[in-house]
Amino acid sequence: MQNIYVLILFLLFSLSTSAAKVLYVGEKQQFNAIKPAIESAMDGDSVIVMGGFYKEGNIVINKSISLIGVNRPIIDGDRRYEVITIKKDFVSISGFKIQHSGYATLDDPGGIKINGANHVTITNNILYDNFFGVYIQMGKHCLIKNNKISAISKAEQQIGNGIHCWKSDSLQIIGNEISGHRDGIYFEFVTHSVVWRNLSHDNIRYGLHFMFSNDDSYFTNYFKQNGAGVAVMFTKNVTMMNNTFEDNWGDAAYGLLLKEISDSNISGNRFINNTTGIYMEGTSRIWLDKNLFRENGWGIKIMASCMDNSLRKNDFYSNSFDVSTNGNVVLNHFEGNYWDRYHGYDLNKDGIGDVTYHPLSMFGVVVEKMPSAMLLHRSFFITLLDNSEKVLPSLTPSNFEDKFPSIKPSLI
Amino acid sequence: MSKIGHLVLIDIFKNKIVLIYAIVLLIITWSVFMLEDTSGKGLLTLLNVVLLVVPLMSLLFSTIYLYNSAEFIELLVSQPVKRQQIWLSLYFGLSLSLAGAFVVATIIPLLLFCSLAQALMMTITGFAVTLVFISLGFVASIVSRDKAKGIGIAILMWLYFALLFDGLVLFLLFQFAEYPIEKPMVILSIFSPLDLARINNLMQMDAAALMGYTGAVFKQYFGSGLGLYITGFAMLLWVIVPLFISTRIFKRRDL
Amino acid sequence: MIKIRKLKKSFGKLEVLKSIDLDLSQSECIGLIGPNGCGKTTLFKSILNMVIPTQGEILVNNKSIYGNDIYRENIGFMPQIGRYPENMSIGQVLSTLKSLRPQTKNFDMDLFNQYEIPRLLNKKMGTLSGGTRQKISAVLAFMFNPAILMLDEPTAGLDPLSAEILKDKIQLEKNKGKLVLITSHLLSELDDMVSEVIFMQEGNVTFHKKYTTLMLETKEHTLAKAITHVLKTT
Repeated sequence: MQNIYVLILFLLFSLSTSAAKVLYVGEKQQFNAIKPAIESAMDGDSVIVMGGFYKEGNIVINKSISLIGVNRPIIDGDRRYEVITIKKDFVSISGFKIQHSGYATLDDPGGIKINGANHVTITNNILYDNFFGVYIQMGKHCLIKNNKISAISKAEQQIGNGIHCWKSDSLQIIGNEISGHRDGIYFEFVTHSVVWRNLSHDNIRYGLHFMFSNDDSYFTNYFKQNGAGVAVMFTKNVTMMNNTFEDNWGDAAYGLLLKEISDSNISGNRFINNTTGIYMEGTSRIWLDKNLFRENGWGIKIMASCMDNSLRKNDFYSNSFDVSTNGNVVLNHFEGNYWDRYHGYDLNKDGIGDVTYHPLSMFGVVVEKMPSAMLLHRSFFITLLDNSEKVLPSLTPSNFEDKFPSIKPSLI
Repeated sequence: MSKIGHLVLIDIFKNKIVLIYAIVLLIITWSVFMLEDTSGKGLLTLLNVVLLVVPLMSLLFSTIYLYNSAEFIELLVSQPVKRQQIWLSLYFGLSLSLAGAFVVATIIPLLLFCSLAQALMMTITGFAVTLVFISLGFVASIVSRDKAKGIGIAILMWLYFALLFDGLVLFLLFQFAEYPIEKPMVILSIFSPLDLARINNLMQMDAAALMGYTGAVFKQYFGSGLGLYITGFAMLLWVIVPLFISTRIFKRRDL
Repeated sequence: MIKIRKLKKSFGKLEVLKSIDLDLSQSECIGLIGPNGCGKTTLFKSILNMVIPTQGEILVNNKSIYGNDIYRENIGFMPQIGRYPENMSIGQVLSTLKSLRPQTKNFDMDLFNQYEIPRLLNKKMGTLSGGTRQKISAVLAFMFNPAILMLDEPTAGLDPLSAEILKDKIQLEKNKGKLVLITSHLLSELDDMVSEVIFMQEGNVTFHKKYTTLMLETKEHTLAKAITHVLKTT
């Protein structure tokens, strides 16, 4: 039904404006292939492709046209070609299934590549089994929305990223589902962009990977079961809010890996069941507040190279280790967090524990110094030692503390 | 052999303490899985039971049972039966009843709330730990004629395996922190049946990633089939060697 | 029937048996007596191979008892204190012990019936009185019709009637040609049972004599007095 409305809409549109044409591609249509249709099209025209199977090598779009699929036409790259290359501004592509791009050649073939084009819109497509899903290089104001991008997992070297963005600006990546790629979403030198409501799961390396990309925001995304979680490196002014990082288990998996990042805000996120909830290295001036850390191996690992970070009102539940560090000097600030291991009291009933809490466990410190000690994990002896350390800190830095621990969790 | 074993088995099954033991295990197992919000936590609690309660019960019960059966054992020795046969029958009866109590009490909630691999690992290790510590209990009861002393030895054994051994491991870790000690650590763990039980169970849980995170050797070894075989073999030795020693002493002992 | 040759046993530095030589033959009821700590229990247990001697050997029916468990088929042993697995019924204990001696075909059920065990079969061992347990021990010793009976303080704990039944049974078995070896502190009990007496002191056999010979030599009428006489004269 919907398709008919779309058709009627376009018919009306084409009647009323003589400038923009609509070209049809499909069996018993004006064109039986996409390439000739694009060739005949002018800027501002629409090319409507009816359901079917199209294998035309590399389709290059060098006109500002809308390419619209009706009844989910399949465009196949024959595992040799980049399927669609966009080289002109104001192109939009929607409603297609784009599959089997070329693999691992030098020019990084993708299902859709935006090459130096602005205001490109990619919506409602299925990208299946491509080397790269959507590849944006030097694009501005592009919108990638509601696409389903998946690949069959192979080794890391044999697959590209789901949405790969390089040297771009003001992108919107919204509501996509990405799985089976190397990195779900990859940003390098991308600025002023927003990543919102995406689901990135079961990717081989990172669910989201961004480097040298300042002034970006990430809201309400779901990162699940990725090989190594999410990595944010060499970046500043990043906002990450209300994202969920879940089930990133593995020998070197993190919910969120922060490396050399500063002046950022991470709040309202949920870190559940990761080997390490957040791993922080060389980060500074980061606000971490109202995040939930539940059932992680380590809630947060703060390396000695971190400073002036502030952690407030986070909830720590059922983590094997809530916090761990390798340094003796404490340059970060903990305040008002909820710790499920806290056994202090609150006489004046202001919701703040009257006794300072030391979130570092002795065993955590030992393991950080001697990883082999992990062999004693959950041993009775360690439990006893940890408890005595809580009473009488000797190995852990005594100023690593939360002076105003919250009695109640702030989130649940 | 089977006849005496059978007798001991029936005797112990009717024993109130074993009944209470089974009921307590049953209650603990059900409650940890019902109360904890995740099965992983329940499994960890149960692991602590296997590492602390099961060995203590196995050691103490077998030691006390042997002391209390001294006169009956004498009567058995006066019959035309090999001593070795009597001793092994006692072991057979005791271990089967206590290990049976463990399995019966824990298997259903384990199968209901955990993955098959986790349930099997927990059941098998609980069974094996019972066998090992009864075997050690047989040693404790035979090295001394004095009941109080024998029970003391049993408690010391428990303290050693449940607590002191890991302290020793930690001490060695600190001493040799500068050396590549992962492999020696793995070998060292073979010398404690409880460490073997603990690590193998942890490998079946989420904690496996923590182990792998800190040392590839652990995961390579304990996570592999070879590791399982070696663990199984080591556990078998932990049953056989103490049993062999106590049998040898019993064969030559003046009653 | 039983030959003991140069039997020595020490527990640590303590010499309990100092080279014992004895010949015990069938159709005798022998009382093994002596003060506490004289070694009679150790000797008793040595014959049952419960105590392994330091030196010497014991032959039963001319065969060494070492490395030979079958010889105990010929022995019925009644311990001084009978304790059995508490939760077992009498019937279960009897059947278990039967299964340990599969060679026996003719069971001697005299005591079993005289002590009225059949109506107790389902009782648990833990609920029995000391006397009843002692009866069970006696039943077990006699049940398998062994050629040798070794009774350690058999009448202790038994009521007079039951003790009398046991004594009669002992007499009967002796007359059938069996060897009965008894230890007892109650010398008066032994008077009307024993045909031979072995008296031990500090790990040595002081004498091994026919009962009648002993009485003639000491000119006494009871074992108690005879022993006192011997102790005074030596």
